[in-house]
Formats: sequence, C-alpha cells, structure tokens
Amino acid sequence: MSNDQAPVLETRGLGKRYGSLVALDEVNLTLRQGEVLALVGDNGAGKSTLLKLLSGNIEPSAGQILVNGERQAFRRPTDATAVGIATVYQDLALAPDLDVTGNLFLGRELRHRRGVRRWLRALDRGEMRRQADLALQRVHVRVPDITRECSSLSGGQRQAVAIARAITWCQHVLLLDEPTAALGVEQQREVLNLISSVRAEGVSVILVSHQLPHVMEIADRIAVLRRGRLAALTDKDAVTVERLVALITGLEGEPDGNAPSAATRDRKALA
Amino acid sequence: MTPPSTAVAQQSIPAAGPSSALRRTGSLGERAGSIWTLGVLLLLVAAFCVAAPNFHTKAAWVATGLAATEVMLLAVGEAFVVINRGIDLSVGANLGLSGMVSGYVMSTMLSLPQPLVLAIGLVVAIAVGTSAGLVNGIVITRLNITPFVATLGMMGAATGATQLINNGQELSSLPSDIFQIGNNAVAGGWIPIPVLVVAVVVVAAGYLLHQTRFGQHCFGIGSNPEAAERTGVDVARHTTLVYALAGACAGLAGYLVMAQLAAAAVTAGQTDELSAIAAVVIGGVSLFGGRGTIAAAVIGTLIITVLQTGLVVAQVSSSWQVIAIGVVLVIAVFADQQRLRLARRR
Repeated sequence: MSNDQAPVLETRGLGKRYGSLVALDEVNLTLRQGEVLALVGDNGAGKSTLLKLLSGNIEPSAGQILVNGERQAFRRPTDATAVGIATVYQDLALAPDLDVTGNLFLGRELRHRRGVRRWLRALDRGEMRRQADLALQRVHVRVPDITRECSSLSGGQRQAVAIARAITWCQHVLLLDEPTAALGVEQQREVLNLISSVRAEGVSVILVSHQLPHVMEIADRIAVLRRGRLAALTDKDAVTVERLVALITGLEGEPDGNAPSAATRDRKALA
Repeated sequence: MTPPSTAVAQQSIPAAGPSSALRRTGSLGERAGSIWTLGVLLLLVAAFCVAAPNFHTKAAWVATGLAATEVMLLAVGEAFVVINRGIDLSVGANLGLSGMVSGYVMSTMLSLPQPLVLAIGLVVAIAVGTSAGLVNGIVITRLNITPFVATLGMMGAATGATQLINNGQELSSLPSDIFQIGNNAVAGGWIPIPVLVVAVVVVAAGYLLHQTRFGQHCFGIGSNPEAAERTGVDVARHTTLVYALAGACAGLAGYLVMAQLAAAAVTAGQTDELSAIAAVVIGGVSLFGGRGTIAAAVIGTLIITVLQTGLVVAQVSSSWQVIAIGVVLVIAVFADQQRLRLARRR
C-alpha cells in the first residue's frame, strides 16, 4: 500500500447535524485504491451516519465527498452507485423469493437486444445467468445453484451474494455494514475471506464492525470514531486491540489533540 | 497482494451445507404444489361428471367457460397485486362501476353506428377501471394508506357510484349487438368470444409477469420492498401501475359481463373480490408477496368456477357455493402460512 496513490474516496470536513445534535463533525478521511479501511467506534459514535452519507442515504450538512478527486453530491443511494460506491446493508437487503441471478440483477435486469424478443422487451435470462456465474467466480463465491431462491441459502452464502451483487455494479468502493454480525463462526470466516478476495480485485472497502479481532485481521488501516469525530486514524500494524478499545472508549487522551477538541466542543455546547 | 487470490479460491463458500437435502425437498414440494392444484381441478371435474350427468355436455362447458371469464380476469389482475405484496378488495365493485359507466355512455349514443358505440363502450369500461386502479395506487403509495384500507374505501366508493349513475336501476338500453359479443361462440360453438378474449389476456399477462422487467419487479418488490428500492427500482411508481393493471382487468371484465347479460346490472361484480382473491391463493400465489404465477391464478379460478357451476348442475343451493368458496379460501391461506413457516425454519 503506497501512500502516493490518489484516494478513491475522500471526505473533507464532512459533518451532519440533526437540529442541535451533531452526529458527525469535521471528518477528513481518505480511502486508497485496494485497501480495507475499518471504521470502529462505540454505538452512537457516528459510524452509521458516516456510512449513510457515503452511500447517499442522507445528505451532509457540511463538507464534501470526493470520488476519484471529483466532488459529488449524493441525493439518493442510486447516485452513489452511479459513481461506483456500493453498500451492503446489515439486514442484507436481498429479495428472499428471487433466485441468486434475480437478486444480482434486481433493478438492472438485462433484456434481449435483437429480434422479436427485443421488440417484446423480453428478459434475457440466459445472459443474466452467464454474467451472474462470472460475477460469483470473480470473488470466488460458490453457491450450490444460481437458480435457487436466496431464502434457501445459508447466512454466509446470502452475505456472499449481497457482496457479489455490490461489486458487480460498483467497481470502486464497497461499503460493508457489520457484514459478520448474526453469522456463525465458520460463516464469519467465509465472509472475511471474501473481503480479502474483493480487495485482491482492486476494490476499496470500508468496513464497519464491532468485532475488533476481525478488524485487526482484515483491515489495512483503522479509523476510530468517537462522539461524531475522527478520534484516530492508524495503520493496523501500529495498534493493538487494547489500544483500539482505549481509543473507542476515550479513556485515554489522544496525542494528536482530537480528544481535547471534542471535549472543548462539548463545553461550548453546554454554554 | 498476490497470494490471497489462490488461497481464497480454496476456502470459498462451501456448496450446499448439511441441510441441503431438506432444501431440495422444499423446492420439490413447491413444484408438487402446482401439480397438486391441477390434480384437485381434474378431480373436481371428474367428480361432477359422475355426480351430474349434464356436466360434460357442451352447454355446461360453455356455461362454465363464461362463468370463469369474469373471475379469471379479476384473478389475473389480483395475481399481480398480491405478488407485489398488496391486496385489491375493490376489483368486484370496480367491475360493476366500469360496466355501468360504459353502459351509460353507450345508452346516450344509440343513434350512432353500433360497432363505433361498442368500441367506445369498451374503451370507456377499461378507462374507468384503470382510473379507479390508479387512484388505489396513488392513495397507497403517496398517502401511505395500507392496501387493505385503501381498496376497501374504493370498494365502497365504486359500489355507491354504480348505484348513483342509473338511480340504482339496471341499464338495458344498450346497442343490441352487445349480446352477440357476450354470447356468440366460435369453434363449432365450443368457445364463447369472452373466453377467447380472456385467453389472450391470460397469455399476455403470463408473458408480462414472467418474461419482462415489469414482472420481475413485482416479485422483487413483493419479496423485499426495501431491497427493491435500494437497488433503484421505483417502488411507488411500479406499485401504482400494478393497481392500475388490476383496474384495467376489472374494466374489461365489467364490459364482458355486461355483454353477457346485454345489460349493466347494479349488482355486477358483487362478492367477486372474494372469488378473485380465493382463486389466486388457492392456485398458490402467496398472500405474503413475492411468489406466484399466472398459471396459479388460472387453475385457482377454474377450481372455483367448476365448484360453483358443478354445485349448480348437481342442484345444490347457490348459498352453498359462497360458503364453499369461503371455506376453500381459508384452507388455502392456512396451507400458504404453513409453507412459509417451514421455509422460515430452514
């Protein structure tokens, strides 16, 4: 991971307020090509707010989001996917009654491009199946049968389908919200392997997770959020789990001065 | 960065887990479900052929076919709505309103050439049905009223409006040729024109539901509306169109029913929503959305119609028909819930 690569995704002074409540304040982050950046923090620290801003679910009150150096204003999730940012939500967001192919192509179904069937606007199921196979192979996901309904797959397989769908449509950035939550130990392992194979494909990943051992295993860098502010941004190798816990809970002062400034803000808010 | 790709390939998500055998029986069970309903239909036909010697005659066949057209059109529209995770209680009342408005418009232009008047009447009937469906869709998606309440309201409004138009009287001053549309038959008298029309609609609806993006989005929305929304499907627009489609089917049904009677009856379509919903659910469309076929709606309709006309031919009181449909509906919904419970347990 060399530092001179242009950031795929960058936030500058990004903030979100709900009335007088500051959910996220002055967050400056860069995401490099092909890295896994983990986002950790306590409940209410601003992780999900940041993720919602990046995925276009909410609009920022301050600051900018840049994708490949270009400023973006996301109004809805499809705006973010249009520039290559895909999100896999915690609750999976698959349609359980559709088969794997149907889910991969939901909202982007392919139609026949010539002949009578083009005129009849018929779905090109064969082509969709072929491309679905390729997409799953690309991230080394094997599902028993892509014509099988997603409700019949295991939790890990469903998570894999959700991730495969995300990167099929978005080549640049994958946002993962607690991808290993609610999964068994073995399935968590499968998802972690999947994340590294996605990274190997050159996709950049932002991973929100409570599970610090997973974060330590898979992330290249770790961003710690505390009370809506970026409390620390560190290379994985430069921290330990104990140190991360200290950063998350704020029980230890930060040398770069972020924690005191958060305290200052709190005092201002009280005044 | 090179080592992961090969290592990961070997550790990829394993194929079918230990419970795969169970899952396979699940999908097999589902396939058996549609065969099962077809079996019930054939059994019913056979039973009535034995119980009522008149049942296999041309007259009974034509009567059954004509009786089926009304419910089948409504059931086809209802199938889209139910697969889209909705319900439309207004299709029966909508049928009555469409027929009455169409009949009223035709009765005011009896001096014009008959084919023209009949064509105008058809357009009016479908337009009225589609409009009522559009209103349903807009109320549901823009005012966020649940489909049950919105279409219940429309059912009341449409029933009332039907009575207002001709002061609650049957309207029979129609172009005389309309009776031919409703009752003439082709293929040696075996296939009435309405049956032919409905057959075309069924094929088109099957294509729309199973071979196009529109149909695929019905399944996607019915299965998980949030997921469909996030992938960029315009759920509100699609849902509105689905109710408009159900309305258009009701409008066409209203015209054909009027043609069969050569009159617009105030009571046309009454309790038809019960038959239509029962038909799709009996056929195997899930009331929870996301699952179903047009074939299911067709088989379900035929089961109900054969039950109805069979009981008539067997000279059972007509009150028993409605009771029979109600009972069969509850049994079908129970079966649907059991299936979903089993699917969730996997």
